Amino acid sequence: MDLASILLGGLASGMVLFVVSVGLSVTMGLMGFVNLAHGGFAMLGGYAVVLAMRHWGLPFFAALALAFLAVAALAALLERTLYARLYRAGELDQVLFTIGLAFVMIAAVTLAIGPESQTVALPEWLRGQTDLGFLSYRSYSLALIAFGAALMLALWLGFERTRIGAQIRAAVDNRRMAQSLGVDVGRLFTLTFALGSGLAAVGGALGAEILGLDPQYPLRYLVYFLIVVAVGGLGRVSGVFFASLAIGVLDFVLKFNFPQGGTMFIYALTLAFLLLRPQGLFGKRA
Amino acid sequence: MSLRAATLEYATRHRLRAWEALPWAAGLAVFFLFPNHLAFGTQVLIMILFALSLDLVLGYAGIVTLGHAAFFGAGAYTVGMLAAHAGWSEPLSGLAAAALVAGALGLASGWIVLRTHGLTLLMLTLCTMALLEQAANMGAAWTGGFDGMPGLEFQPLLGRFEFDVLYFRSQYLYALAVLLGGFLLVRMLVHSSFGRSLTGIRENLLRMHAIGAPVRARQVLVYAISAALAGVAGGLFTQANGFVNLAVLGLDRSAGVLIILILGGYGRLYGAFVGAIAYLVLEHTLAKAYPSAWQLGIGLALVLVALYARNGVLGLADGLRRRGGAR
Repeated sequence: MDLASILLGGLASGMVLFVVSVGLSVTMGLMGFVNLAHGGFAMLGGYAVVLAMRHWGLPFFAALALAFLAVAALAALLERTLYARLYRAGELDQVLFTIGLAFVMIAAVTLAIGPESQTVALPEWLRGQTDLGFLSYRSYSLALIAFGAALMLALWLGFERTRIGAQIRAAVDNRRMAQSLGVDVGRLFTLTFALGSGLAAVGGALGAEILGLDPQYPLRYLVYFLIVVAVGGLGRVSGVFFASLAIGVLDFVLKFNFPQGGTMFIYALTLAFLLLRPQGLFGKRA
Repeated sequence: MSLRAATLEYATRHRLRAWEALPWAAGLAVFFLFPNHLAFGTQVLIMILFALSLDLVLGYAGIVTLGHAAFFGAGAYTVGMLAAHAGWSEPLSGLAAAALVAGALGLASGWIVLRTHGLTLLMLTLCTMALLEQAANMGAAWTGGFDGMPGLEFQPLLGRFEFDVLYFRSQYLYALAVLLGGFLLVRMLVHSSFGRSLTGIRENLLRMHAIGAPVRARQVLVYAISAALAGVAGGLFTQANGFVNLAVLGLDRSAGVLIILILGGYGRLYGAFVGAIAYLVLEHTLAKAYPSAWQLGIGLALVLVALYARNGVLGLADGLRRRGGAR
């Protein structure tokens, strides 16, 4: 494998990490809520796509849109009824509550669908190879990279150029001040929580090719999602973007060159990095 | 409660009460009443000791960690590797080695990670554990890799009592004795002025800084003590079962011990006992028959505890008693 292929492979898995983790970063930054169940929403998205395609015969992209809407709606409901009660509670209660929620999701999926892993059937035109001129590479990975880049651009525009985006930025930086200026932070949070969970659902479905999809998904990748968020800095979309790409590429390169080392290097690097910059790449100092 | 009575209760809080002999009498009674369930009983005792070590950092010092299994695993692997590679299979000195290694690891990692707090601290404890887990997975020549080290043999306890692979008789009493020692240590610590200052740090960090308490040194010290105790529990696990594998180091074990402590009630010494017994007995009876339903039940229980019963089973009992007394 040459350098370009390794880089593309790493970028593709980095984009998956980005799509799944970006919502986690924004909600953690906004409310300081430690949401360990975030991976559960990604898993539910993957299952929604698989089931919608299998039982209703929906095409891939329609199923993806459906998964986004369904998971976002579920997240909004959970946020209003349960999460909202724990905003003022300590970290420990939030950790327990969300681990419990992740357990419930895992068990519910195992009971309803079964413990075996599922595959997402890709549309025909995404399956082959694409000739880039200097090398030909898997079309799906290229599509993932393009999608991730487009999403980053859309989120950046949304955050920088819209009124809601400005309100979210204000609330991440200083919630009290934003509130006293009349920003309805509660409503804002429901909105971003739903959007973030919906994106996680899309990421879970798109990433099934790379990360796999089975009931243990939420806890297996939890550490990865949290690393991305912590390294990127809470509530910073661009931070999550660069952290995801860096971790995706590093992981790919290291696993390729030192298959024995596995993920150890990522943990060691994260430890070292967070000690030097506890606030993450772009986070503000607490 | 009048001020005088409150003062009296506070001044005598460290004295042993008569009812505190009950758990130990019950522990001994189990030995005679359920001779066929001592293997399971030994696992319960080991988990109680592990949960007790977590209670010290989480319940008393208020340090939220998701990586405490790192120290349990360090102790377990220390004992295992000493027995397998160095022929060091004397149990008591093995436990001492486990405590030393895990304590040193706790001191070093605590010195580093306790500079941070909140999410970053949670992440760093998690990363420390994941790092050790991967190291154990990688160094297959030393640790046995994914399969771990099965079939470890240890010398008789005190040179006289053979480990009993079938009925766990000597392991059970051994674990009970080690647990008693660990419990007395923790009990003494939390009632000492050191323990009070930990509670102060948990309740009001700013004020403890303001009155000149050496906050970080105390946090690092209690983290190291707790790590050593967790290491003893891990070493005990390896000796009692005669094997060690990657399961001692994973997120499952960290989350499991956290759940046990929370369900029982943290920051109150006996929460670890109630939590471990309730959780493991339920798991033992239900999990094998209905694994998914068990996970669903535990998940729902956690959600409910986080929302409504933040002080666990013992906290609920306290609440009921107080309500009963007010009538």
